[in-house]
Amino acid sequence: MRTPEQGDGQGVRIGVYVCHCGTNIAGTIDVHAVAEHAAKLPGVVVSREYKYMCSDPGQELIKQDIKDHQLDRIVVASCSPHLHEKTFRGAVWSGGLNPFQFQMVNIREHASWVHTDKAAATEKADALVRAAVRRVRHHKPLETRRVPVKDSVLVVGGGIAGIHAALTLADAGRHVYLVEREPTIGGHMAMFDKTFPTLDCAACILTPKMTQVKAHKNITLWAYSEVKEVGGYVGNFTVKVRRKPRYIIEEACIGCQECIDACIYQTPKWPDEFNLGMSKRRPIYLSFPQAVPQYVTIDPEACIEFKSHKCKKTCVEACGDRNAIDFNQQEKIETIEVGTILLTTGFQVFDAKRLPYYGYGTYPNVYSSLEVERLLNASGPTSGEVVLRDGRKPRSVGIIHCIGSRDEKTNKHCSRVCCMYSLKLAHLLKERTGAEVYNFYIDMRTPGKAFEEFYNRVAEEGTHFIRGKVADVYPAPENDGRLVLQAEDTLLGKVRRVPVDMVVLAVGLEPRADAEEVRRMFNITCAAGGWFTERHPKLAPVSTFTDGIWIAGACQGPKDIPDTVAQAGAAAGEALSLINAGHIELEPNTAYIVEEDCSGCKTCVAMCPYSAIGFDAEKNVASVNEVLCKGCGTCVSVCPSGSARQNLFEDEEIYEEIGGVLAYA
Amino acid sequence: MPETTKDKAAAPAQFEPRIVAFFCNWCTYLAADLAGTTRMKYAPNVRVVRVMCSGRIDPQFVLDAFAKGADGVLIGGCHPGDCHYESGNYKTLRRYHLLRRVLHELGIEDERFRLEWISASEAEPLRAVVNEMVEQIRKLGPLHLEVPAERFAEEVEEVAVP
Repeated sequence: MRTPEQGDGQGVRIGVYVCHCGTNIAGTIDVHAVAEHAAKLPGVVVSREYKYMCSDPGQELIKQDIKDHQLDRIVVASCSPHLHEKTFRGAVWSGGLNPFQFQMVNIREHASWVHTDKAAATEKADALVRAAVRRVRHHKPLETRRVPVKDSVLVVGGGIAGIHAALTLADAGRHVYLVEREPTIGGHMAMFDKTFPTLDCAACILTPKMTQVKAHKNITLWAYSEVKEVGGYVGNFTVKVRRKPRYIIEEACIGCQECIDACIYQTPKWPDEFNLGMSKRRPIYLSFPQAVPQYVTIDPEACIEFKSHKCKKTCVEACGDRNAIDFNQQEKIETIEVGTILLTTGFQVFDAKRLPYYGYGTYPNVYSSLEVERLLNASGPTSGEVVLRDGRKPRSVGIIHCIGSRDEKTNKHCSRVCCMYSLKLAHLLKERTGAEVYNFYIDMRTPGKAFEEFYNRVAEEGTHFIRGKVADVYPAPENDGRLVLQAEDTLLGKVRRVPVDMVVLAVGLEPRADAEEVRRMFNITCAAGGWFTERHPKLAPVSTFTDGIWIAGACQGPKDIPDTVAQAGAAAGEALSLINAGHIELEPNTAYIVEEDCSGCKTCVAMCPYSAIGFDAEKNVASVNEVLCKGCGTCVSVCPSGSARQNLFEDEEIYEEIGGVLAYA
Repeated sequence: MPETTKDKAAAPAQFEPRIVAFFCNWCTYLAADLAGTTRMKYAPNVRVVRVMCSGRIDPQFVLDAFAKGADGVLIGGCHPGDCHYESGNYKTLRRYHLLRRVLHELGIEDERFRLEWISASEAEPLRAVVNEMVEQIRKLGPLHLEVPAERFAEEVEEVAVP
């Protein structure tokens, strides 16, 4: 490689490094030509190409050249700065330069991977390198800012992910605020009867963890509460939590439930949310026997006292001296300061009513899989006995897979857990009722530890498997209450009609309806469907693009319990790593004011979203508070005199970039 | 029209528009990264200048780009309500509408200046916008701003770098 020993007369000595990234870049871009082109640019002293710039020898090359050629500016043309900017800044630093006398050029994600025409892609790479070379000469040494990280953590969502993360963090001695919207923690897992493929009882493995959460001295559990507002930034978030009124004084309630028995409504009349409306509850209720926290809740929509104010208040009587019932309780807003946030907000199941041809909501004996979980559960509406809505015991059951999954009309994604839970339900239904069970599937997906073995076991138990998607569900012509499932058996190549007593729709997993709202509140990103987006699909699966906020569990995508717990542990570990460091290094891209040029017009003051710009009336100039400045640069673009400036994004740097990409050499 | 460097690029076969794109670091730049990782293919005419927030984009950047020979300028920011810096994109939106009128007065067609909200997960919309813009500008032909731009560039230089 040609390394002409020439400066540009201004003392700037630039080194340019063009990465092959194996064939990732070199396959589409003539890297040799790009390096040659760069070598001719003013100020460039060394221009090289190398197979993998991010490798140790690649970085060594930069360090050595800095010494040998007295370089004071470095340009690396490789992948996205989001991937390796830190790496190269590190190399520049160990070479003895300030890490910010460096500019990265993205010729992989933005060029070689998105173009096919080699000449055009090379020309684009040339232009981008040219822009960086012109820009980098204006770079000046900068210092990163250190921001302290507060010790406490907010975990949003008290399903198994939130529970596991909260316990991990609390065991490490950090204070955790666990906020859950429902009256009890436990999430979906608490509703299940057994878990696949081991058939552990869900409650038996979950409830001890729930109790631990309540008992842990480092956890503040706020159930029946929602996050309302999030402000601040990594290390220093200020969060407002809305604590909905239960109309129960939590400190006084001991969970004896005598009030429930004493309620004036002796017959439960209101749909029980925890049993998905399959049973009724009273206006004063506990979600389920093992609910945590063990506080009852009053439903103001149902309770007569809220309507007439003339109830005999038998519940208050039953509560007696404990005086835990307070009909005048108001919602409370708690404000907390935390350093890090974990989002574990979970999923919702697909609403099968959206596919009317399966008869959900029309035929009483068509159930969603979650309803069947409750039917099988000892604390469910039938105390674990599988009886149909018409009181019969099913003698045959059809389970239809992929309801609201792998479907162009609803959700294109595979929900990952349905095949396995369908097998589990098949096993449990057969065990409890002795019914014939038919599984209608598209493909059986059992890629997990001991999953395939479980599939074989269920098959050996005599469950029938029919490969084909059910096209129609209709009442049997015999009028005996049975439903006929019609499907093309794609293995036999024949249409089959199977009459069954009970239909189970294996509904898929979806992002929560308010995922969009939550995402906005926390300023993270969602993929098209509404799943929260991780920072990197492989290397940063629980991080988000917002520093200090992590995601875990099914809010990121469909997941089973082991994967959810693994992610929750990972997210807790990531948060701990930041907390233990005690501080975070921030980009030195803050704004500043050149006082001599400032006319004191205050335009910038109003523009700043963080109120980081103050005004010095004595000197008649604006001044930036570096601690509050987040480095957006909005003030810079409105300053009429050019006195507001931004480190790393100076006007002249950007003008040079514009000039660089447009100058055709 | 006098010969310019741009006409060289446009020369015999097909006119290749030159588009300068200002993408915010958190949404559209990442969408472009995602388009890369998923190996989507789109027209190679766009050159991206990264800024932390679309709110950083001084209208002069856009004028400067046109003056230096861009056939189009694309601004990419986060969707309304999604700005990493709370409200930078709203400020961009206001400037965009004002600047559009100025450009219109200068005889620069509306299709040459575009503002798009593209989130980090929207690689496909990014691809579509880039391809559409390239096609539209290809139809419009090169931006013959060269003669007035001689003065224009000086003026911009004067104001931009004090």
